[in-house]
Amino acid sequence: MQAILALEDGAVFTGEAFGAKGENWGEVVFNTGMTGYQEVLTDPSYCGQIVVMTYPLIGNYGIMKEDFESKKSYVRGFVVREECRQPSNWRLSETIDSFLKKENVIGLAGIDTRSLTRRLRSHGTMRGVLGTGNTDSRVLVERAKNCPQLTGQELVPIVATTEIYTLPGTGYRVVLMDFGAKLNIIRCLQERNCEVVVVPPTTTAGEILSLNPQGIVLSNGPGDPTDVPYAIKTLQELIGKKPVLGICLGHQILGLALGARTYKLKFGHRGANHPVKDLVTGRVYISSHNHGFSVDEESMKGLDIYVSHRNLNDGTVEGIKHKFLPVFSVQYHPEASPGPMDSEYIFDEFLEKMAGEGR
Amino acid sequence: MPLRKDIKKVMVIGSGPIIIGQAAEFDYAGTQACRSLREEGLEVVLINSNPATIMTDTNMADRVYIEPLTLEFVSRVIRQEKPDGLLPTLGGQVGLNLALQLAQSGVLEEEGVVLLGTPLEAIKRAEDREAFKEMMQSIDEPIPESVIVSTLEDAEAFAAEIGLPLIVRPAYTLGGTGGGIAYSMEDFRTTVIRGLKHSIINQALIEQCVVGWKEIEYEVMRDGANNCITVCNMENIDPMGIHTGDSIVVAPSQTLSDKEYQLLRTASLKIIRALGIEGGCNVQFALDPNSFHYYVIEVNPRVSRSSALASKATGYPIAKVAAKIAMGLTLDEIENTVTGKTYACFEPALDYVVLKYPRWPFDKFAQGDRVLGTQMKATGEVMAINRTFEGALLKAVRSLEIGIDHLFLPGAEELSREKLEERLRRADDERLFLVAEALRRGITCERLHEITKIDLFFLNKIRNILLLEEKIHSAVEKEDIIPELIDKAKKMGFSDTYLSKLTGMSAVEVRSYRMENGIIPTFKMVDTCAAEFEAVTPYYYSTYDQEDEVKPTSRRKVMVLGSGPIRIGQGIEFDYCSVHSVWALREEGFEAIIVNNNPETVSTDFDTADRLYFEPLVAENVLNILDRERPEGVIVQFGGQTAINLAKPLEEAGIKILGTSVEDIDRAEDRERFDRLLIELGIPKPPGRTAFSVEEAVKIASEIDFPVVVRPSYVLGGRAMEIVYNNDELLNYMATAVKVTPEYPVLVDKYLFGNELEVDAISDGADILIPGIMEHIERAGVHSGDSIAVYPPQSLSRETKELVVEYTLRLARALNVKGLINIQYVLHEDRIYVLEVNPRSSRTVPYLSKITGIPMVNLATKLVMGKTLKELGYSSGLYPESNFIGVKAPVFSFAKLLQVDISLGPEMKSTGEVMGVDKDFKVALYKAMVAAGYMFTKTGTVLATIADRDKKEAMPIIKGLAELGYKIFATSGTAAALKEAGLEVEAVKKVHEGSSHIVDLIRANKINLVINTLTRGKAPERDGFQIRRAAVEYGVPCLTSLDTIRAIVNVLAENREKEDYNLIPLQEYLG
Ligand SMILES: Nc1ncnc2c1ncn2[C@@H]1O[C@H](COP(=O)(O)OP(=O)(O)O)[C@@H](O)[C@H]1O
Ligand SMILES: Nc1ncnc2c1ncn2[C@@H]1O[C@H](COP(=O)(O)OP(=O)(O)O)[C@@H](O)[C@H]1O
Ligand SMILES: [Mg+2]
Ligand SMILES: [Mg+2]
Repeated sequence: MQAILALEDGAVFTGEAFGAKGENWGEVVFNTGMTGYQEVLTDPSYCGQIVVMTYPLIGNYGIMKEDFESKKSYVRGFVVREECRQPSNWRLSETIDSFLKKENVIGLAGIDTRSLTRRLRSHGTMRGVLGTGNTDSRVLVERAKNCPQLTGQELVPIVATTEIYTLPGTGYRVVLMDFGAKLNIIRCLQERNCEVVVVPPTTTAGEILSLNPQGIVLSNGPGDPTDVPYAIKTLQELIGKKPVLGICLGHQILGLALGARTYKLKFGHRGANHPVKDLVTGRVYISSHNHGFSVDEESMKGLDIYVSHRNLNDGTVEGIKHKFLPVFSVQYHPEASPGPMDSEYIFDEFLEKMAGEGR
Repeated sequence: MPLRKDIKKVMVIGSGPIIIGQAAEFDYAGTQACRSLREEGLEVVLINSNPATIMTDTNMADRVYIEPLTLEFVSRVIRQEKPDGLLPTLGGQVGLNLALQLAQSGVLEEEGVVLLGTPLEAIKRAEDREAFKEMMQSIDEPIPESVIVSTLEDAEAFAAEIGLPLIVRPAYTLGGTGGGIAYSMEDFRTTVIRGLKHSIINQALIEQCVVGWKEIEYEVMRDGANNCITVCNMENIDPMGIHTGDSIVVAPSQTLSDKEYQLLRTASLKIIRALGIEGGCNVQFALDPNSFHYYVIEVNPRVSRSSALASKATGYPIAKVAAKIAMGLTLDEIENTVTGKTYACFEPALDYVVLKYPRWPFDKFAQGDRVLGTQMKATGEVMAINRTFEGALLKAVRSLEIGIDHLFLPGAEELSREKLEERLRRADDERLFLVAEALRRGITCERLHEITKIDLFFLNKIRNILLLEEKIHSAVEKEDIIPELIDKAKKMGFSDTYLSKLTGMSAVEVRSYRMENGIIPTFKMVDTCAAEFEAVTPYYYSTYDQEDEVKPTSRRKVMVLGSGPIRIGQGIEFDYCSVHSVWALREEGFEAIIVNNNPETVSTDFDTADRLYFEPLVAENVLNILDRERPEGVIVQFGGQTAINLAKPLEEAGIKILGTSVEDIDRAEDRERFDRLLIELGIPKPPGRTAFSVEEAVKIASEIDFPVVVRPSYVLGGRAMEIVYNNDELLNYMATAVKVTPEYPVLVDKYLFGNELEVDAISDGADILIPGIMEHIERAGVHSGDSIAVYPPQSLSRETKELVVEYTLRLARALNVKGLINIQYVLHEDRIYVLEVNPRSSRTVPYLSKITGIPMVNLATKLVMGKTLKELGYSSGLYPESNFIGVKAPVFSFAKLLQVDISLGPEMKSTGEVMGVDKDFKVALYKAMVAAGYMFTKTGTVLATIADRDKKEAMPIIKGLAELGYKIFATSGTAAALKEAGLEVEAVKKVHEGSSHIVDLIRANKINLVINTLTRGKAPERDGFQIRRAAVEYGVPCLTSLDTIRAIVNVLAENREKEDYNLIPLQEYLG
């Protein structure tokens, strides 16, 4: 069966359908990771987006539950050069095709993903519509032009927890503000013996403090940080009271809470090979990225925060630290999964901060 | 960290001659390193014994020493040059071992030379099995159960404890020399003994065997600030048990989930940090296909074959970056030349599949043991890039030039099921074709996985190819070939030639069918970043996809065809020529486009030509590029036979061949036409004719009289060529070596005993420059490539030289040569006969260019493009002889090739070469011999077994050895003859006379040199063969040509005391 991806600039990519049938719209973005497609598919931060994998062979090792980053897939569509029908790996439980069917995600295979990527690189991320069957591409292009922008969509509520739950641990109690957290953030905290209390994004500062945590982690999540003003407000009340670690969307929210601004990147960073320099130690780490927005360095002038990490490729801000308070955040993914585990030290730093407060 | 200031002058050690396990990759690495060091304003001193390399060009280093890579010589260069630093990690295992010896000997300290890059301790930790084991245990990285042994007893004890199979691996060796997997106690013992013998520190590792596990490699970089990255990982399609150098390898890994990928990546970084490497290293893992369990197999603390592959696969210049790191720069300070914007501190993202396929020499060595194991046997490799796995695989197969254009091995269908499964299990060079055959027969992937342990993912991919084949078959039957189907086939990498076999159309028809239906390839860029950033690399590959990224320029441009994989008979020399041709074109203001598929080489470095196309060197792929680029023409004379063979098909497709015309090439290569030409020119050639039947061959032989040289007609070049002395041998040859048929006739020539001479000439059509004449030490009958060549000739009369020049001029003119021509002559009873003419650049061009200082390829290229010799300041005729003497000696890889007969003959067997230079001939010869590894003790025992027909000639030579103080052992016949000649000699038993016989003596390490001349027949069970093999396997020099031995005796006589040869850098040869 045929499937078509239509972009708002009128470009049309026709290939083979796999996964679910139907039609869906979203922001079209590309990911350059050569492994880790299941982590991508199940990373809630991709909610609202149609993901293009630049590596041409996808699904080679199939799908295995234990590698999921959330209970389900939130991507709006999945585009690959070639979908593997005969995967091979000792752990695999199903093919990517059957997984996408279950998750009701439309797949498109057999198109020139490099061509599409080059287009996104030069025009920037675009809205697109993915449809299966004999749909009229002109109609799809029209829909792409008229579908909502990413900004303004209420995406966090779709992916975040709606009630508080606790994962036991013998060490520090950490409140994780869930904007669509990847499971590996929780795993990384648990490996460090933390008791993790996961709370909805709408949880008030009072409620959070009443849980008397030793630290607060702001998770990753989908969409534009300005679309979660309530969380920004909550955070403003919390800063200064507890050590805070922000990750990805959490980092942007922290930035906004501290008075900085965020802006949308042309086509974002999505991959597992981005060099990030820790400006404090001078060391460079290869890190896992998934962000379309960034904290504006200009807007940090005169604030009590400074740039702690920077991307070597394009110089964008990848981490900020508060000058006086145990409050810091990174734009990339120290929890990896997918991608290099080089940056887990960020969690250790967070534990030190909590220890420091203890004294 | 900025560039370190204390270092102004750096010495780089090359890797020496090409041998199996150490090929062109180190010329590529060394060249990149020298360049990047000079970029940083450093003075570079280079030492390498291999003249056929770009790195030994005068423009690569400030001072280039072509001297033996031995402790003695390197130390003397160091004392002479007094460099501040030494960079040892770019010369492969040779360079590394030398660095260790230099450090131990204390020279470095005395001369205050600092080791740059990876510290000595790190090298030791990685190289010494014991130290490595301890290190891994200390950072709890798992390694297989093992013991280090120096005696057989300890080995046996371990075996008793762990049980078989076990793997034996000597310390400090290349390509696993002397190692292997032992399944029975008996072959365990022999392998251990051999292993200990081959280890320079007499150590071997006996290790638990994890055959069948996934073999995964990571290429890792680390700088002085402890920043680490992995450039890429690679998955061996052939699992553990087959040397990575002999494995079909894919990059990136295909069957690892992110969890497994990161598990091993993290381990790699941990290891490179623990070792403290500063530069690049290669980490090899064995991964259990059924768990997260893995073992670290080895670490190469240096650039390697794999790092060259990784560089070409990703576009990340590992050697260049490693050199800069060695000079103190950190990864985040080094620019990524591919994007020009980003830094070397990132990990490449691929959006294509890369496949490496080894090239084995078994087409040359019919008798050779083809079974693959832990010891590398491939002489070279090809790489292919595509957007599908199938497409990359089929491209690679076509690039091999083994006369196969698909996963289809003619004759495989005749194998019985048992035989087929047997060969699949034991794994030889044809395994992948047999996998395809098995699938064709309906054997399931699951079954094949059981037998071969090849991952189901790959087996299923191969199956896809066969399924499509069937689809096409049935479509052909139903007569409804539709464009969609052909398009699918092209996406999967099917060649036009194979599609023509399937469809019954001619290849040309298939091509035009594609054109009509718009099924044409697109070209995409290798950019290190999967299109995330705009890249400036002019590095492309073809694929059947939607968007084409190539933007041809409007400049004047020319295409140069490369020479493909390194194989015996066509080695690195031809890459040297291609590169120089490209450089000459750029000098002349042309845009140079190169096409090649060998990842080891300088020619496929993306900044060598203006544009690099990484493609199979077959008509279809080359034409596709030509369609796109539309250059003025194609230069075919520098890419060896590979490129020459493409001249005809390209011209037929309407492409302009620059230089000597296709017509004239054919006149030189077609036997009949060439014979007529010689008659016209009145130039003698050995009597002989073409035989179309056995009877005819016998008839010709009786006419011209034995001995005769027999070989198949020219398509196959020097293959399966033999000298036969009587009818029986002739008939035997006809029965075994070749099938003579009307379409595949056999050439029968009179064997002419005499000196072989070789000439390379450069012609502009009118004037012809002869840089020099080379004289071979070994008589004709030993392949020119296996002979020791001397320039300028030492024994030729003026008349002879004049005649050689005269004939050469005549031939070059008659063939309207534009560019290079190579001619081999034999001087027989004061007459000169032409043996063959190669209307192209030859093996000797780099050697001759270096010793004469004439930039032969550069000139030839300019002549091809229309300049004249006069304009370039050269005149016609023989160039004045240099006052330096250059001796080129062949180097062999017999230790790696079991069951191969090492005796020299008309078939080429050497894999590489070295050069010795001096004002004094004997010294030059001595240097060449030392460089080539003929380093036998100056006193000791010589074992002689001489064929009857050689006994008379051998006497004085052996006498000479005796006079030099060697003790002589000989087999009965030889001993008798020697006694008669009044020599003191000890008779020893032949093998069939029972122990303790000759081979026992060799095993017992009682022999320092074996002299053995060939008796009739080729049967491996014969004594002579066994003696020669034993010598090779136990590392005892074995010489089979009396000429070589005579030369050595003279050298030894001369050079006993005298040791202070002067060492002159290339830059001063002509001064
Ligand atoms: N423990 C083992 N079990 C099975 N195969 C092995 C083992 N160790 C090595 N090998 C095989 O032998 C090959 C050569 O071993 P390696 O240590 O890499 O030697 P080299 O220095 O020649 O590369 C490897 O590529 C692998 O296929
Ligand atoms: N008629 C002959 N007499 C003596 N030696 C010969 C004769 N023909 C060939 N040879 C020997 O065989 C070698 C290979 O023959 P050649 O024609 O050069 O084949 P190739 O194409 O492999 O170079 C020569 O270098 C020479 O030593
Ligand atoms: Mg190895
Ligand atoms: Mg020849």
